[in-house]
Amino acid sequence: MIELVNIRKSFGEKVVLQDVSATMQAGKTNLIIGSSGSGKTVLMKCMVGLVKPDSGKILYNGKDFTAMNDKDKKDIRQEIGMLFQGSALFDSMTVEENVLFPLDMFSVGSYKEKRKRVAECLDRVNLSDAAKKFPAEISGGMKKRVGIARAIVLNPKYLFCDEPNSGLDPQTSLVIDKLISELTKEYNITTVINTHDMNTVMESGDHIVYMYQGLKQWEGSNKEIIFAKDEKLNDFIFASDFLRDAKEMRQMEMFQDRDWRNKMKKDGNEPKS
Amino acid sequence: MIKGMFTRPENGKMYWKEFMHQCVEIGIGSLGIVLIISLFLGAVTTVQTAYQLVSPIIPKATIAQIVRDTMILEMAPTMVCIVLGGVIGSKIASELGNMRVSEQIDALEIMGINTKAYLILPKIMAAIVTIPMLVITAAFLGIWGGKMAGSLSGILSDEEFMQGLRQSFDGYNVFFALAKSYTYSFIISSIPAYYGYYVQGGALEIGRASTTAVVISCILILFADYILAAILL
Repeated sequence: MIELVNIRKSFGEKVVLQDVSATMQAGKTNLIIGSSGSGKTVLMKCMVGLVKPDSGKILYNGKDFTAMNDKDKKDIRQEIGMLFQGSALFDSMTVEENVLFPLDMFSVGSYKEKRKRVAECLDRVNLSDAAKKFPAEISGGMKKRVGIARAIVLNPKYLFCDEPNSGLDPQTSLVIDKLISELTKEYNITTVINTHDMNTVMESGDHIVYMYQGLKQWEGSNKEIIFAKDEKLNDFIFASDFLRDAKEMRQMEMFQDRDWRNKMKKDGNEPKS
Repeated sequence: MIKGMFTRPENGKMYWKEFMHQCVEIGIGSLGIVLIISLFLGAVTTVQTAYQLVSPIIPKATIAQIVRDTMILEMAPTMVCIVLGGVIGSKIASELGNMRVSEQIDALEIMGINTKAYLILPKIMAAIVTIPMLVITAAFLGIWGGKMAGSLSGILSDEEFMQGLRQSFDGYNVFFALAKSYTYSFIISSIPAYYGYYVQGGALEIGRASTTAVVISCILILFADYILAAILL
């Protein structure tokens, strides 16, 4: 579990994060959503230690990451895998070498064992055929999958994904979302995803944090979000008629579930039709 | 930046591999340009020295002596390093700048790797090891180029040139050239590494950082040239 306690960060005069407190649930897919400039990328960078918050605490299983010495930080970082928005693959290395790199740097196994692990990871993301290709020779979706394979090769406890669907077509986005959700369950990883893809919000997110102008505006599950009363959140998520219709359909579906029906009736959230 | 480079390596073998890779990139990769410029520098020095030595009482072998000392003292270390400052400097700054902009450095940081130690230290060490070798090679090639130019243009024979080379040779000049080349190799690698590593923005900023790094490296080389000459000669 990752707990954020009163995280504050500013760049010069501009306050980017204002006392953000949230919890990223263990073994779940946690989403940080919000419009561009809302501070979600800075929040994620604070969580992985790329940006130092001005104040506040980031607790990894109760241990304060911000107050750790370099050695302890390094230990935590070796439990973190990250998928970057632009994939951040090493251009001079092949797909296979990219995935092998963290193993070469940190694991003590034999070369044969490392190659086996790389083959497993590439197979898991359906990229066994592209092992010998360079990043420049593969598509955006494939690059994301290589990024995922590299992120999971050391069996991380935490997986961070910065806008995993940016620049991808809807079909490829679904593949990436599905893959991340499966890996989260398979390896029991605490996953944190930065996104503004509504499909990801509806389909993949177990726990959602909504950021608005540097503040945490709302936090809850992907079912609770359907009934959230927050106006800013609703304007952001259900921005189009199509999405509003989808919301109503989802409410109808949830109404079939007895527990949810009782809760909806209690809260006065019964579907209109 | 320099302080942050000296930490215990995560995996010594990987650092050694990166160091060897940089030795090949910087050393072998610059050999071609060093070969060409040093040959021509030597040849031009011979022709221009002969042009200025008009007195019949000065033996022709003196030309070889001047070519030798000019190549060792100034041309091989300073001129070659200024050119290398452009070649290697722009390469280091743009490579690190591109890695920064495309988040590759962030990816390494998140893996728990000290990026200053892994990306910058091997480059500086490789430059310190290979550039003095290139300077020595340049001095030999320059003198040989001067000899070739002398005999091809009929300014002085090979025998006269060889005689001049052996006259009043001072080993201290070689020490001075090496002192210069070690200083320059640090400048050539560390300044572009700094500008590349801390670049912010996109392709335009990488280009700017690269140009600034080369310009500052060249100015610092010339400044160090004067300081070293004033101190050591």
